[in-house]
Amino acid sequence: MLQVQNLHKEFDGIKAVDDLTFTIVENSIVALVGPNGSGKTTVFNIVSGFLKAEKGKVILDAKDITSVSPYKIACLGIGRTFQNIRLFPQISVLDNVMLGLKYETGDRFSAAFLQTRKMKKEEKQNIKKAEELLKFVGIIEKRDELAENLSHGQRKLLELARILALEPKIFLLDEPIAGLFPETKRTMFGLIRKLKESGKTILFIEHDLHSVMDIAEKIIVLDHGKKIAEGTPEEIKQNKEVLKAYLGKESL
Amino acid sequence: MDYLIHILIIAGIYTILSLSLNLIVGYTGLAALGHIAFACIGAYTSSLLALNFGISPWMGLIAGAILASTLGAIVAYPSLRLKGDYLALATFGLGVIVYSIAKNWVSLTRGPMGLPGIPSFSIFGYQISNVWSYLILVLLFVLLTYIVIKNITNSPFGRILKGIREDEIASLAMGKSVNKYKLIVFVVGAFFAGIAGSLYAHYISFIDPSSFTIMESITVLLMVVFGGMGSLKGSIVGAFLLVVLPELLRFLGMPSSIAAPLRQMIYGLLLVVLMIWRPQGLLGKYKFK
Repeated sequence: MLQVQNLHKEFDGIKAVDDLTFTIVENSIVALVGPNGSGKTTVFNIVSGFLKAEKGKVILDAKDITSVSPYKIACLGIGRTFQNIRLFPQISVLDNVMLGLKYETGDRFSAAFLQTRKMKKEEKQNIKKAEELLKFVGIIEKRDELAENLSHGQRKLLELARILALEPKIFLLDEPIAGLFPETKRTMFGLIRKLKESGKTILFIEHDLHSVMDIAEKIIVLDHGKKIAEGTPEEIKQNKEVLKAYLGKESL
Repeated sequence: MDYLIHILIIAGIYTILSLSLNLIVGYTGLAALGHIAFACIGAYTSSLLALNFGISPWMGLIAGAILASTLGAIVAYPSLRLKGDYLALATFGLGVIVYSIAKNWVSLTRGPMGLPGIPSFSIFGYQISNVWSYLILVLLFVLLTYIVIKNITNSPFGRILKGIREDEIASLAMGKSVNKYKLIVFVVGAFFAGIAGSLYAHYISFIDPSSFTIMESITVLLMVVFGGMGSLKGSIVGAFLLVVLPELLRFLGMPSSIAAPLRQMIYGLLLVVLMIWRPQGLLGKYKFK
């Protein structure tokens, strides 16, 4: 459903993404791994429209979305999270999720100006939806807290709830388990599996190869912007290229 | 007594300015420093229409507000690209430009000589020239501004504005067309500032460029920050406090040559104290970033 073709991106002459091609099939969990600075987040930024690639194409469901503006890409069905967590800090947890939800007409200026009944009705429905999502990720008790007062793990969960609200076709999760306690890590993986079971597609970034082994169905390994390997966790484990480039002398 | 009512009228006009600026700065987080430019456009438009063409101040008020909105849309354009300090500088520049036009386009605005004899509003042949009736008129407009901005901010639309204030990139990732919202906010904010300018002109009956200096923009911004960003009640309190406090100096028997600069110093002092003790303003919830 998502195709990346011959993607190229340079920063001041340094190749961040170098002739990268891959395909994500529907309803799968794919991990994009690689050492720090291997271009993983750059790929996400290009796919979600925040960066423009010099060459190459991004195709979502047979539609070319290369250099479409980020908000349109979000509307077209690509939801992303950020490595350094971008929440709306000084508003409530519930409102954070509500900002991901879609409205038919209730979020228009005219609806606000006239305080239409339709707006109030949609608002009520969306509050319920947002609460469901907060229950799903398990932070419903923080409903009225400001997002900035959450712990790191709760923020990660809230960010997930927020893009769930967006109902994207494909989830791009940038290091969803970075810095999490083992328990929260398990919660996060549990949620990702649940997403997959309900028919969603997930592409996530992680730099630690160990942690993705039992969740990813496919692993794409990047090094210096190039794809050096792609395959099932079993295949990746035995790939010499990966062991050499990524893990150095260390072995799995 | 008339003096007291006069102070209230001025405070009311400032309230319209601070409420509308709060929408831009407090709710949407756009650092706009040229708010008085919109008021200047409103004031000159309706005054010139009334003086040169005998057009009713009511129509002038609407025309001024629309013209101010148009300028707002133009200002919004750089705001789509600029952020934070850069936007502040760009809007500051706009304030200077509008002031210079008012001062130097002598054939139209009579420059520093100003425009005297601006007629007052009238309803059914009854001139709203005494202070009591004008106070009621101004308060009605304050109420109108309050309701409209309250409605705008108290809605899913308003939530999106707050989202833009908190994080533009995250707002984009949530599929919000950030530019569209910025444009709307500037247009609405400028509209009400235009009304405030027109109300001022028809009340004082004389305007000159000195009423629309960049210092006035900063005063209005102070009212917003002082009362609390993202709090409409705060903007009302801020406007009234900052208009009334300096007036109290007069009762201390201070000559105006000392009182005027002292006013600025009091503003400065208040701001420093506030930023230390309560960075979110008197009634605000959001900290200044």
